Amino acid sequence: MTLLTLDWILLIEKLVLIVVIILASLGIALYTTFAERKVAAILQDRPGPSRAGPYGLLQPLADGVKMFTKEDIIPNAASKWLFILGPGLAMTASLMTCAVIPWGGTIELFHRKIDLQIADVNIGILYIFAVVSMGIYGIMIGGWASNNKFSLMASLRAASQAISYELAMGLSLIAVLMVTNTLSLGEIVKQQQTGWWNIVYQPLGFLIFFICALAECNRTPFDLPEAENELNFGYHQEYSSMKLGFYLFAEYINMIMSSAVMASVYFGGYDIPFVDDAHVYASIGNWAALIQVGVLLAKVVGFIFLFMWIRWTIPRFRYDQLMNLGWKSMIPLALFNMLVTGALILLRMNHWHF
Amino acid sequence: MQTFQKMQALTNRAKAVDRKPMTFLERIYLWNILKGMLITFSHIFKKKPTIRFPEQTRTFSPVFRGLHVLNRDEEGRERCTACGLCAVACPAEAITMEAAERLPGEENLYREEKYAARYEINMLRCIFCGLCEEACPKDAIYLSETFTPTNFTRESFIYGKDNLLIPNPKTEAADLAKAKGM
Repeated sequence: MTLLTLDWILLIEKLVLIVVIILASLGIALYTTFAERKVAAILQDRPGPSRAGPYGLLQPLADGVKMFTKEDIIPNAASKWLFILGPGLAMTASLMTCAVIPWGGTIELFHRKIDLQIADVNIGILYIFAVVSMGIYGIMIGGWASNNKFSLMASLRAASQAISYELAMGLSLIAVLMVTNTLSLGEIVKQQQTGWWNIVYQPLGFLIFFICALAECNRTPFDLPEAENELNFGYHQEYSSMKLGFYLFAEYINMIMSSAVMASVYFGGYDIPFVDDAHVYASIGNWAALIQVGVLLAKVVGFIFLFMWIRWTIPRFRYDQLMNLGWKSMIPLALFNMLVTGALILLRMNHWHF
Repeated sequence: MQTFQKMQALTNRAKAVDRKPMTFLERIYLWNILKGMLITFSHIFKKKPTIRFPEQTRTFSPVFRGLHVLNRDEEGRERCTACGLCAVACPAEAITMEAAERLPGEENLYREEKYAARYEINMLRCIFCGLCEEACPKDAIYLSETFTPTNFTRESFIYGKDNLLIPNPKTEAADLAKAKGM
């Protein structure tokens, strides 16, 4: 009976953590939609949504109610099961990413040390890559199952864009991994807690990673899959009600998750800047972990603002510009970055001090 | 075959368009995107020109032409004598009325011997030109500063005397003050 030797408390602990993190990401995503509208408004000299609740704070709830109460249409010619599967897949893939992100240090509760990370997989980064690529399937299946040429075209674009930019993203990440020597996100963050943040070692790599993250999340200037003026509405043309909501939501959750990944890999994750975290732990215990969660969330919010700021500044790229940028600029730059990083590491290993 | 000669430039303002192929740094757009982002960032601190409508309203000039009112004199008598000049002047034919004769004992209600028993303006037809106001010999019709009535039926936009008459300054002084926004 190996089943009974399982650490049941660990199971419960992880389940609670999963529920909390998923609910929290959903809640943050809800308010990211609000933030998007507010940021857009402020950058365009408008006050933005302000009617629902104080300062318009209940706007996302109103939007949610609207989404739920709309008629849910499945087109006659659509492939029914795939049509339903599409948004579900997009949502699942984007939510699955949060499993390996370290949201904070360790909390001590009931004499147990609880890591604020659902699973410290030793190939965390690769897991994220795999899952994020699955998200594209959601878009592709949705676009194909709609049986609509615009949706199909949009999903083709989404797929080609994802492939082109994932390449540069992976190459820029390899350079970081050469510095950190580990694929585990938890380990990467722990290294940055004691030393410098990885952004110091990899500024170019971060830039490339950031641009590719924009492309992966289908954010402007890379939102070609939903180019309204060319494709009516893009891959979610035929979708309505909460299925459409799922697609839009998945985009925002993707944004949060890629922000969290960028914060973890390049900006020290939950590391409190300018402070020795071990000292904080020694003095205030569990509160330190909560502060760390807050710090990570602050970094995530900063990145989300950056995403939005870019969205409301630049227009969409043309398709050829997109491909040129991806293949002729990003990939060579990433390769260059990788070569330089490798050379420096090699020099250092041969006792060159700098 | 005739060859066209380049015309001589009359001013020195024309600039040749630079059609050099973009360099690598230009092709990754970073610098230009950064410039654009600084512009949008500066807009965060700009004053928002929005007027939050139902709570705040734009201040109008005194000659603003909004919804009509039918005036009363100081003693609270209706000024309109149903001459029909406003209806004639109206280019949109939005005004109609029925006249009636003042009976003995109604002198405190109507100023003249003849008055408008019914007076209707179709606000959907009205173009708020103010010609009725100009045509009126009795100072009976005025365009106020009120605007944007909304409703669900077309019939409700035909304003009768009950909608148009201002409150009686004698008996409903408080209402009148409120309507004037005082």
